Amino acid sequence: MSNILAFIEQRDGKILPASFQLLALAGKLASSTGGQAEACVVGDSVSGLTDTIASYGAKKIYTVEDASLARYVASQYTTALSAVIDAASPKIVLIPTTFMGRDLASRTAARKHAALAIDCTDISIEGADLIAEKSTYAGKLSAKFKLSSAGLQIATVRSNVYAASEPQAGAAAEVQAVAVSLTDNDKRLTCKEVVSTSSGVKDVTEGDIVVAGGRALKSEENFKIIFDLAEMLDGAVGASRAACDAGYQPHSRQVGLTGKVVTPKLYIACGIDGAIQHLAGMRGSKVIVGINTKADAPIYKVATYGCVIDLFTLVPLLTAEFERLKG
Amino acid sequence: MRILSVVKQVPDSNAAVKVQADGHGIDANGLKLVLDPFDEFGVELAIQLREKRSDVTEVVAMILGPDKASEALRVALAMGADSGIHINDESFQSQNELFAAHVLAEAIKKQEQPFDLIVCGKYNIDLDSGAVGPALAEFLGWPHVGAVQGLEIADDGKHFTARRRIEGAEEVIEGDLPVLLTIEKGLVEPRYPSLPNIMKAKKKPVSVITGSDLSISQDLKNATEMLSISPPPPKPDCKFIEGEPEEMAKELVRLLREEAKVV
Ligand SMILES: Cc1cc2nc3c(=O)[nH]c(=O)nc-3n(C[C@H](O)[C@H](O)[C@H](O)COP(=O)(O)OP(=O)(O)OC[C@H]3O[C@@H](n4cnc5c(N)ncnc54)[C@H](O)[C@@H]3O)c2cc1C
Repeated sequence: MSNILAFIEQRDGKILPASFQLLALAGKLASSTGGQAEACVVGDSVSGLTDTIASYGAKKIYTVEDASLARYVASQYTTALSAVIDAASPKIVLIPTTFMGRDLASRTAARKHAALAIDCTDISIEGADLIAEKSTYAGKLSAKFKLSSAGLQIATVRSNVYAASEPQAGAAAEVQAVAVSLTDNDKRLTCKEVVSTSSGVKDVTEGDIVVAGGRALKSEENFKIIFDLAEMLDGAVGASRAACDAGYQPHSRQVGLTGKVVTPKLYIACGIDGAIQHLAGMRGSKVIVGINTKADAPIYKVATYGCVIDLFTLVPLLTAEFERLKG
Repeated sequence: MRILSVVKQVPDSNAAVKVQADGHGIDANGLKLVLDPFDEFGVELAIQLREKRSDVTEVVAMILGPDKASEALRVALAMGADSGIHINDESFQSQNELFAAHVLAEAIKKQEQPFDLIVCGKYNIDLDSGAVGPALAEFLGWPHVGAVQGLEIADDGKHFTARRRIEGAEEVIEGDLPVLLTIEKGLVEPRYPSLPNIMKAKKKPVSVITGSDLSISQDLKNATEMLSISPPPPKPDCKFIEGEPEEMAKELVRLLREEAKVV
């Protein structure tokens, strides 16, 4: 009961990179619990992924394979993860904070009567308990939770808070296949298909760099300069609610309280005022650039760098400067 | 078809939330509380289904919270829910969503007539966690679909197709009722209650459930405990970049590369 289990999120055989960050964290925590970092991967065909998972530091890998686990369905994945928890008896289970992770962690914690914290930005062990820090009240306050060591502890971890280790090619791990018997109750829902909504551009939650535009862009056409800069940086495009409500961008790109929460390493806010509900979605970004004509715009309260200038002037110059340096 | 909309009262997203002197909770003094905006989507969805379909017989709104939470319940009733259930007991107050889901599940099991559909928000804007919906479904032994942004229920009132938001895509989930759905933004636009409906809501029936009505296990409550809450560490002041536009662009790019090292 001292091992740390990291849930490796995969879709169609592609591992979510944040899963590797969890393995690094699991290794760190395991050194203070006297256990080891272990991994769990679930799907219809995942045994081909174990070498990669091992290279990022997992000492033991539990695989659950079943044709009906090809796509995520909450109750089925809960049964799969629960089977691994029964087989591995970990002390702590770490799960990436994603749409899958939040859902799966909550349902699994209910099934296993575990202690639970969602979207943690700091995780440590004090005594035997897990101390998890997370943002609350739309990022206005940060709360510390104690997850009792009396039972299982489950935490989902925000991406990019912890860095992944350098992969070690050829690292070995023990692999154990865990059998799962999905009940009729588990199979009451099926996932028919997964339809992409990102239309070629990276989803805003997937970009290491996000360039976002606000109402100041004034039209969908004007967003071209935002896309140009995002493309130059291999980043994603985001927008404020005002820009989405006005139809300049689809709601799938909305960042904020009622949009998506993003924590990229760089967030460039162009013509975005910085309303509290927008900050709720991006204040966790590592570096924030504000570009706004109003020197007292609230975006500058959270920005690392500020440029008080017309975005239509500066954004194309930035794209050109990056292009020049790229050569 | 009977629909249950589970709601919560939370601080208004525009409000400055302050910490209590002891650092263990938030200062409720003068804090504006509202019906959670995501739960509002659930209420709206439920009443739209009742308006559109002849087989929806009742929409019930349920809230767990102290006396003051009755105000948020009244908003749900003013929007159009037919009746309310208020679970109110000092011993049920906690910052633990799994415990809240357990209490809600026990209260739902006590209801004489069963529900076919339960809706709640994708998450609540106070704890930013979203564990209530999935955990409630688990405690009830129901399936659930989280972060639903599209929904069709067939004419037979059983089969449904839900579109669930994930990163850059949508999962299309099918099955039969009963099901619990957590609602994402974009599925419905919540209405503002009209003055006559606000008046009418005052007369709608609300039943109160207290501690003695339910058998609640305290184990879950103690498993996760809030130790402290505080404003996040202040960000260092914004570094403003001056100069002509071309210089500004060059300097910003230099800082991003050499100082922040993010590009
Ligand atoms: C319950 C609730 C939930 C909400 N959820 C969200 C959410 O998820 N996401 C979100 O974004 N908002 C959300 N909002 C809305 C939020 O309160 C703001 O209204 C919104 O973020 C404003 O968008 P904006 O900054 O683009 O527009 P504005 O407030 O209009 O700001 C435009 C900014 O652009 C600047 N500007 C104008 N022209 C230029 C130029 N040429 N160059 C540079 N700068 C220029 C202006 O100085 C101004 O600061 C929510 C509100 C509520 C009540």
